[in-house]
Amino acid sequence: MPLSTSIARLESHRSFRIPKMAPAIQCRDLRKTYDGKVEAVRGLSLEIEPGECFGLLGPNGAGKTTTIEILEGLLAPTSGEVTILGHTWKESARQLREWLGISLQETRLSEKLTVRETINLFASFYREPRAAAEVLQQMQLDEKADAWVGKLSGGQRQRLAVATALVGNPRVLFLDEPTTGLDPQSRRQLWDIIRTFQRAGGTVLLTTHYMDEAERLCDRLAIVDHGQVIAEGTPADLIDRLGGHHMVEFQVSGNSDGSAVDNWRALPGVESVRHDNGLVCLNVREPHLTIPALLDAVKKKGEQLLHLTTRQASLEDVFVRLTGRHLREE
Amino acid sequence: MTVAHQTPSPAAIAHRNGRWSGFLHLLGARLLELKREPEVIFWVFGFPVLLALGLGIAFRNKPASVTSVAIVATPGSQEALANLKRSPRNSSIRADVVDEAQALQGFRLGKYDLVITPDAKEGFEYRYDPARPESVLARAEVDDALQSGAGRKDPVPTSAVTSSEPGSRYIDFLIPGLLGMNLMNSGMWGIGFALVDMRQRKVLKRFVATPMRRSDFLLALTSSRLVLMVIEIALLLGFGVLVFHMRVLGSLFNILFIATLGAIAFGGLGLLTASRAQKLESVSGLMNLVMMPMWIFSGVFFSSERFPAMVQPLIKLLPLTALNDALRATILQGASLGTQAGRLLILVLWAVVSFVLALRWFRWT
Repeated sequence: MPLSTSIARLESHRSFRIPKMAPAIQCRDLRKTYDGKVEAVRGLSLEIEPGECFGLLGPNGAGKTTTIEILEGLLAPTSGEVTILGHTWKESARQLREWLGISLQETRLSEKLTVRETINLFASFYREPRAAAEVLQQMQLDEKADAWVGKLSGGQRQRLAVATALVGNPRVLFLDEPTTGLDPQSRRQLWDIIRTFQRAGGTVLLTTHYMDEAERLCDRLAIVDHGQVIAEGTPADLIDRLGGHHMVEFQVSGNSDGSAVDNWRALPGVESVRHDNGLVCLNVREPHLTIPALLDAVKKKGEQLLHLTTRQASLEDVFVRLTGRHLREE
Repeated sequence: MTVAHQTPSPAAIAHRNGRWSGFLHLLGARLLELKREPEVIFWVFGFPVLLALGLGIAFRNKPASVTSVAIVATPGSQEALANLKRSPRNSSIRADVVDEAQALQGFRLGKYDLVITPDAKEGFEYRYDPARPESVLARAEVDDALQSGAGRKDPVPTSAVTSSEPGSRYIDFLIPGLLGMNLMNSGMWGIGFALVDMRQRKVLKRFVATPMRRSDFLLALTSSRLVLMVIEIALLLGFGVLVFHMRVLGSLFNILFIATLGAIAFGGLGLLTASRAQKLESVSGLMNLVMMPMWIFSGVFFSSERFPAMVQPLIKLLPLTALNDALRATILQGASLGTQAGRLLILVLWAVVSFVLALRWFRWT
């Protein structure tokens, strides 16, 4: 090899070092307007540290997919900055592609190729891929290695999609709704795979509209609505911000009119009240103080308690509190 | 934080991929997919051969020199028949004596080229269609035969030699045309349809999310076409030679060279047609719109010279006309590449222009 070429190669390698202390993913004031009218993303900023599992949470149409595709370099933002591992898409697209593993929403891979052929194909695009057999084993697809993709179940296809992202030996994994439509067992398998990747030092950015998934999997998350981050933090942080960690839900026989809300709000230990399909939901700091007072109040009104449950507050409650809507509502 | 930038599983690296690894895998995957798609095998390989077989048989069994006529059954019909039998042209005329209704029905359906009705004055009335060449021909032939059969003496003696050598038959004309049409069909569908299908399935988007070189992808798609092209040519030409004893005068290299240019030009057109379409339905319509004029004008089944002189320059500029004419000249007459330069230039221009525009407009997502 001529000396000049090897020096050039050496230098090009050097310039693609990942700067120490650079965030894995960073974006500032991201905006995306489609056709000059629809504002899908409206000033969104994120900073995700290396080794973190970060979740973008929000209802359909909140701008999650647009955001993640801008970060993946597949969509150009209308304005705003993106750096991945300290590099911009404009300057180092090719190198960044080597470092990222991506699973898109709803990719239908060629049905007439086998699982192994598909993985080998994706592996061939990377300079230093992982061994296909190893990835297949990790994704529990080795039994299906010689089956056509068209014959796979939904869960197996989803695992294959993640396998195509892992085979490039990525440092950052982008997963857009990786578990949508999966049965509980397949979901748990995928969570394990994501945790394994993270434990080995990888960074994960995923979008989801499953609250339990975000709570269990993510170190931190951002709740996105109407193209903006409306809350950000660890799952526990976000629940803390509700005020109380407990939810008391009940139903009474009488017609609960508007004035009733104030009555419930006045009970001891109640942080907030909301009505949900005839159910009254109280966010409560200390249930042992609230519940006796609640029973008294119901008896005093001469009404009857039809239903009463208590549970831990969840991200869903955070979301409803912040937006007034349920996450799965269209 | 310190482990953050380490490779997640350092021991797992299988090997380093070379520069062409992606291209080779893309090409391999594409060929495997095609092989596993029975419809592709039929449309690319089976259909043109069946078409050649059908048309070859249909036109071989009915040489243009046999004229079939109906004589309406009347008292004078036997005399007409005897007259025809006596004439030296007897061998090229087949006459049936049938009733009038049957004769007219047969004439309408193209079974008879001419209807002869003996009239009361021992003469004959010809019913023919001036718009049908074989009908016009039949009238002249039959008139000649009847007159000479009745004893007309020709002042000048003439003689004729017939010629139906391989190279000048309809099947010889047809096979290069089918080859050109097949290159167009499979180039447009093979590239355009495949691309829109992959775009619709978001596979294109998934590919560009990897370090795959986009040029490798397009190159692999084009190369897979060229591999198929070689098989198509071997099949159709081999079929013509074995079944119809067709003579291939041009060199195989020249034929392959021209076909490659054609395949690339139509690949470019396919790419251009598919550069933006998001749905298979919309690209199908576009493809047919692009190909329709060439099916009609470019001389696949009959010579493009039949169209008025005014539109000839436009017809000659169509890529399929250039491809068909170049293939015919090479296969049937053994013409050199040099004499085909004009046609080859047209193909190159189509290829360059369509590839440049397609790459400018192309959408991966």
